[in-house]
Amino acid sequence: MIADSALRRQRLTEAVLPVAIAAAIALVTGDLLILAIGQAPATVYRLLLEGTWGNGYGTGQVLYKATTLIFTGLAVSVPLVAGMFNIGAESQLAAGGFAAGTVGMLLPPATPAPVAVAICLLAAAAGGALVGAVPGVLIARAGANEVITTIMLNVIVLSALNWAVAAHLHVPETLHTPAIAAGTVPRLAELVPSLSGSAANATVLLALLAVACTGWLVVRSRPGFALRAVGSGPDAAAAAGIAVARTRLGAFVLGGALAGLGASNFVLGYKHYYEDGFAGGSGYLGIAVAIAGRGRPLGIVLAALAFATLSQGGLAIHAVVPKQIADVVQAVVILAVAATTPAVARRLRAGVA
Amino acid sequence: MPGLEAGVMLPLALLAQLLRIGTPYLLAAGGGVLAETGGMMSLALEGYMLTGACAAAFGAAATGSAWGGVVAGAAGGAVAAALFALATVRARADQIVTAIAINLLAVGATRFALRVGFGSSSNSARIPGFGALDPLVVVALVAMPLLAAAIARTRFGLRLRAAGERPDAATAAGIDVARIRILAILASGALAGLGGAYLALDQHQFTDEMTAGRGFIALAAVIFGRWAPLRVGLACLLFAAAETLALRLQLTSAVPSQFVSMIPYALTILALIRGGGGRSPAPAALGKWAD
Repeated sequence: MIADSALRRQRLTEAVLPVAIAAAIALVTGDLLILAIGQAPATVYRLLLEGTWGNGYGTGQVLYKATTLIFTGLAVSVPLVAGMFNIGAESQLAAGGFAAGTVGMLLPPATPAPVAVAICLLAAAAGGALVGAVPGVLIARAGANEVITTIMLNVIVLSALNWAVAAHLHVPETLHTPAIAAGTVPRLAELVPSLSGSAANATVLLALLAVACTGWLVVRSRPGFALRAVGSGPDAAAAAGIAVARTRLGAFVLGGALAGLGASNFVLGYKHYYEDGFAGGSGYLGIAVAIAGRGRPLGIVLAALAFATLSQGGLAIHAVVPKQIADVVQAVVILAVAATTPAVARRLRAGVA
Repeated sequence: MPGLEAGVMLPLALLAQLLRIGTPYLLAAGGGVLAETGGMMSLALEGYMLTGACAAAFGAAATGSAWGGVVAGAAGGAVAAALFALATVRARADQIVTAIAINLLAVGATRFALRVGFGSSSNSARIPGFGALDPLVVVALVAMPLLAAAIARTRFGLRLRAAGERPDAATAAGIDVARIRILAILASGALAGLGGAYLALDQHQFTDEMTAGRGFIALAAVIFGRWAPLRVGLACLLFAAAETLALRLQLTSAVPSQFVSMIPYALTILALIRGGGGRSPAPAALGKWAD
C-alpha cells in the first residue's frame, strides 16, 4: 500500500509539475513583453485580475468562455485516452452549433422549454458526433491518419457551413441564422444577480456534468477500459479481444458529440442563433486545455478556467498593453507544457527506479 | 484582331494568376518535404509562413528594400522553426502539440508585433515589393527540382532519408539524427518564411493572419504528392489551378467558391484513404523517435 501511494503521488507530480513550470515560464514571458513596451508587470496583472475575477461581469465572462473550453477540452481528451489526436474539435463545435441553431429555429415556438432544450442539445451532440464520425470511420476503415484527416476536415466543414449560412440561412446583412424559436437556456444572472450583463448561462452546469460523466466513463466503465487499453497499446488490446477500430470510432463520435454540445453555450445560452465563425479558435484551445489538464476531470476544469481567464483578461489589460500579450502567453503555456512533460517524466521515473 | 489578343492574353493572365497563387504553396511545401523526409511532422508550416510574412514586412520597412524583406522573412520563418526544433528534437516534446502551439504563438506574436511596430491591429505600413518579375516566383519554381535532386543525390539527402526512415539504423551508422533533423526543420522554416515573405511583398503590406491556411494547403500538397518533391510541386500547382479556377468562376458565380476552396483538403483526404491499402508512402519514422 505504501508503494501504491508513492506511485500515485509520483503520477500526480508528473501531471502537475510540467504545468507549474509552464505557468512560471509563461509568467516570465508575460513580464518580458510587458516590460518591453515600458509598462509595469504588477499594474498589468492587477488589471487582469480586476477585469476577470475582480467583478461579477468579468467572472461571468470567464465562466462563459471556460464552459466552451471544457467541452472542447473533453472532445480532445476522450480520443487522446485511446491514443488519438482530435484536431477537429473546431469544426465539430461549429457543426453542433449549426445543428442546434437550425433545429431550434424550426421548433414550434410553443414547445415546452425542457423539451425544446433537450431536442436542441441532442441536435448539437448529433451535429458534432457526425463530424467526429468521419475521421473515426476513415481511421477504422482506411487506416487514414487522424491528425491530417481532422485538420483537413475542419476546413471542409467550416467552408460548407459558411456556404449554408451565407447562401441560404442568414438574416440579411449578417452571417447568422434567424433566432431559435424555442430552447433557450437561462442566464446565470437570473440566479446570481451580480453576474448580470455577462454571457454566463446554465450550460456551465451541463459542462460540469459532462466532465463528471466522461470521467466516470473513462475510468470506471467497460467502454472506458477499452479506450485506455487501445491507448496504451492497440496490438495488445486487439490480442485481448478488444475491437480496436470500433473503439477508435466510438472515441471520435463521443469526442465530436462533446464538442457539439459545447455549442449550446453560445447558441442556446448566449446569442440564441448560429453565427458563422462563432467557434473562433475554441476548438484549438481545447487541445491546450486537454494537454494542460492532463486528461483529468479537475485538470480540464482548471485549465479551461485558466485559459478563459487569459482570454478575458486580455480585454481587461488592453487599455495599457496590447491584448495580444494574452494570446502569446496562452501559446507559450502550451509550448512549455509540451516541452517540459517528457523531461519531468524521465527524471521522476529515473528517481523512483 | 481582338479575338487573337484575347486568345493569347487570357492564358497568360491565367498563368500569371496561377503562379501568384502557387508560389507560396511551392515554397512552404518545399519546406514541408524537407522536414517530413527527415521524419518531422510539418503541422507548423502555417506558423512559419505567418511569422515570415510579418518579419518580411518589418525587414522591408526597415531597409526600404524588398530584398531586406526576403532576408527577414526567411529568418523569421527559421526562428519560428527553431522554437519547434528546440521543443521537439531537444526536449522531445510532442510534435503535434508543439506545432499547434507554434501556430497559435505565430498568430499572437505577429498581432503583438503589428500593434507595437505599426500601431495597428489589422495591417502594416505599405512596404516595397518586387513588381512584375518577382525573384521569389523563380525560387519557388526551381525549389522542387532542386530539392528532388538534393534528397535523391546528395550525402545530406541520404542522411535525411535515413533519419526519416530508420533513425535507429542511422544512429548506429554514425549519423547525428538530431542534428540532421534540426537542420531540416530550420531550412523548412526558412522556405516557408519565404512563402510568407512573398505574400507580404506581393501585397505591399502584412495583414493580420494573412497566410489564411496556406500552410495547411502546403501540408496537403506534401501528402497528396506522396512526399516526392516533384509530385508535391505538381500538387501545389494543381491546388493553385483549382483556386485560379475558383476566382474565375466566382466572377460568373457558377459554383459556390466555398466548394472550390475545399478541393485541396478533399483531395488530400481521398489520397489518405487510397493510400491506406498498400504500404504508406510517408517516411516510416514520421513523427516518431527511436532512441
